[in-house]
Amino acid sequence: MYKDEQLEEEKVFKDPVHRYIHVKDRVIWDLIGTAEFQRLRRIKQLGTSFLTFHGAEHSRFNHSLGVYEIVRRILFNFNGRRHWNKDERLLCLCAALLHDLGHGPFSHSFEKVFKLDHEAFTRQIVLGDTEINHVLRRVEKDFPQKVADVINKTYEDKLVVSLISSQIDADRMDYLQRDAYFTGVSYGHFDMERILRVMRPLEDQVVIKQTGMHAVEDYIMSRYQMYWQVYFHPVSRSAEVILSKILHRAKHLYEQGYQFSLKPTHFLSFFSGDVSLDDYLRLDESVVLYYFQMWIDESDEILSDLCVRFTNRKLLKYIEFNPNSQMNEWMELYQLFKQIGIDPEYYLVVDSSSDLPYDFYRPGEEGERLPIYLLMPNQELKELSRESDIVESISGKKRTDHKLYFPMDFIEALSDDQPEKNKIKTILGLTTIE
Amino acid sequence: MLANHAKLMKFFMNAGEIVGRKKLQKMIYILKKCDIPFEEKYEFHFYGPYSEELTLRIEELCNLGFISEQKEQKSNYYQYRYTVTTAGEDFLEHSMVEFPSCNDKIEKMKEKSSRFLELVSTMLYFDHLTKEEVEEKVQVVKKSSNYTHADLQAGWQFITELK
Repeated sequence: MYKDEQLEEEKVFKDPVHRYIHVKDRVIWDLIGTAEFQRLRRIKQLGTSFLTFHGAEHSRFNHSLGVYEIVRRILFNFNGRRHWNKDERLLCLCAALLHDLGHGPFSHSFEKVFKLDHEAFTRQIVLGDTEINHVLRRVEKDFPQKVADVINKTYEDKLVVSLISSQIDADRMDYLQRDAYFTGVSYGHFDMERILRVMRPLEDQVVIKQTGMHAVEDYIMSRYQMYWQVYFHPVSRSAEVILSKILHRAKHLYEQGYQFSLKPTHFLSFFSGDVSLDDYLRLDESVVLYYFQMWIDESDEILSDLCVRFTNRKLLKYIEFNPNSQMNEWMELYQLFKQIGIDPEYYLVVDSSSDLPYDFYRPGEEGERLPIYLLMPNQELKELSRESDIVESISGKKRTDHKLYFPMDFIEALSDDQPEKNKIKTILGLTTIE
Repeated sequence: MLANHAKLMKFFMNAGEIVGRKKLQKMIYILKKCDIPFEEKYEFHFYGPYSEELTLRIEELCNLGFISEQKEQKSNYYQYRYTVTTAGEDFLEHSMVEFPSCNDKIEKMKEKSSRFLELVSTMLYFDHLTKEEVEEKVQVVKKSSNYTHADLQAGWQFITELK
């Protein structure tokens, strides 16, 4: 049967994080070969972070293979353990491989600006008339639905779901290590082999044997450090702000009937809010960057300027900003920007940590979100932060911030005689004391 | 500025006091499904629809001093209580954000338990399915919650009342 078919010879992908990614199942090999999966090569894992960390050019293709490999290793360790149903093996591997299938180019900004949902597109790719769906249907008629349910976290077997999506899952374990490797930072490393060895399947979740607590502490610590050092990096956030404003501006121009020099064919359905699956799959990051390059020559000054900034890395500067104590300053700045002809809707932007999709470990309230549980020697379950002082201390830290982004070059270019220039610089704290 | 934060603040102003993060999560989700324009992204989790974005945004509102969060020790867990501060009221006075009236919905939800709101939000999460399929799906994904037929009927009635 197709679902049990093994390749004559095991295939291996050389991987800088896991050394080798092993594929023996015919189904997995066929899925990797589909057009929809190959498309993930053209979607960067870290979006705009390559403008801060030049090595961060790795793709969702790399990451998806990595998550698959981690799940493969976990299941090898689960073999023969109570609560683990080995019939779910192929389903787990497929869901791990395909979990990010619906991500689009610069996914986060696109989702926000065009009100899209990458999970919905994942479902459409898995269930629609696609190469992926044809492979999955060969396994079983209802297999695509099962894969979609696992990825959507609505599958009946919660243990299967928790391997792909929980507070200590294969997804996070791969991206933390992979992002650390490609950005070149020294955080993000932890002893994954040890964690895999102490993972235990229970009826509806994976827990960690208590003796493995220190390895998990290390994982939580690297998660914490990666958020502040990589994911929330203010320069990447500046690029994200510009990217989002480009999309807003292009959409606004389209709605105003502006005549683009180059017809934005690939964007039309995004602008009109009626994106078909074909449109969605056609728009990858190569295409987006092509348009940004072309829009530099548009007559609309704002669109052109924002595209120059993104393409040539002329990013917005920032200051720390407190929306509570600095509310009046913000309002004054908003008016001053208008007076000097800089549109504050595009060039005066408050960016908050909640605008980014990464989360910290939180033990939370009962029934709010499933935490990480330790399996004690007496078989009792204890929430991680109740046992670990390190995790408890990180959990209590302030984890939010706000930054105000603005075009320093525009302000500096104003004439010294212009009274607004000094006022703006004073509010932004840019005046030098002589 | 901070339009999404301001919408949440309007919610808190209308609600007066919210007890429990789980209840808060489910209330915002249900309002979203009633076309109240919250933009926090939700995913399905172990306990039904959950938004990490909402959690982080609430944390920001607390750190900014707009919302007061009281942590209370219960028998074997913590519970959180939220109210708007004076600084939060000032912030809202400056905000230009438009927010439709939904006081009646908020009041109705406040009277319900978080367990019931978890059921209702789960039912709404599957609102693209038929009624029978929704009930079947709820029993599958909420197996351990042991919701009865009567619970489901109460859920349907509550959804009708809200909409």
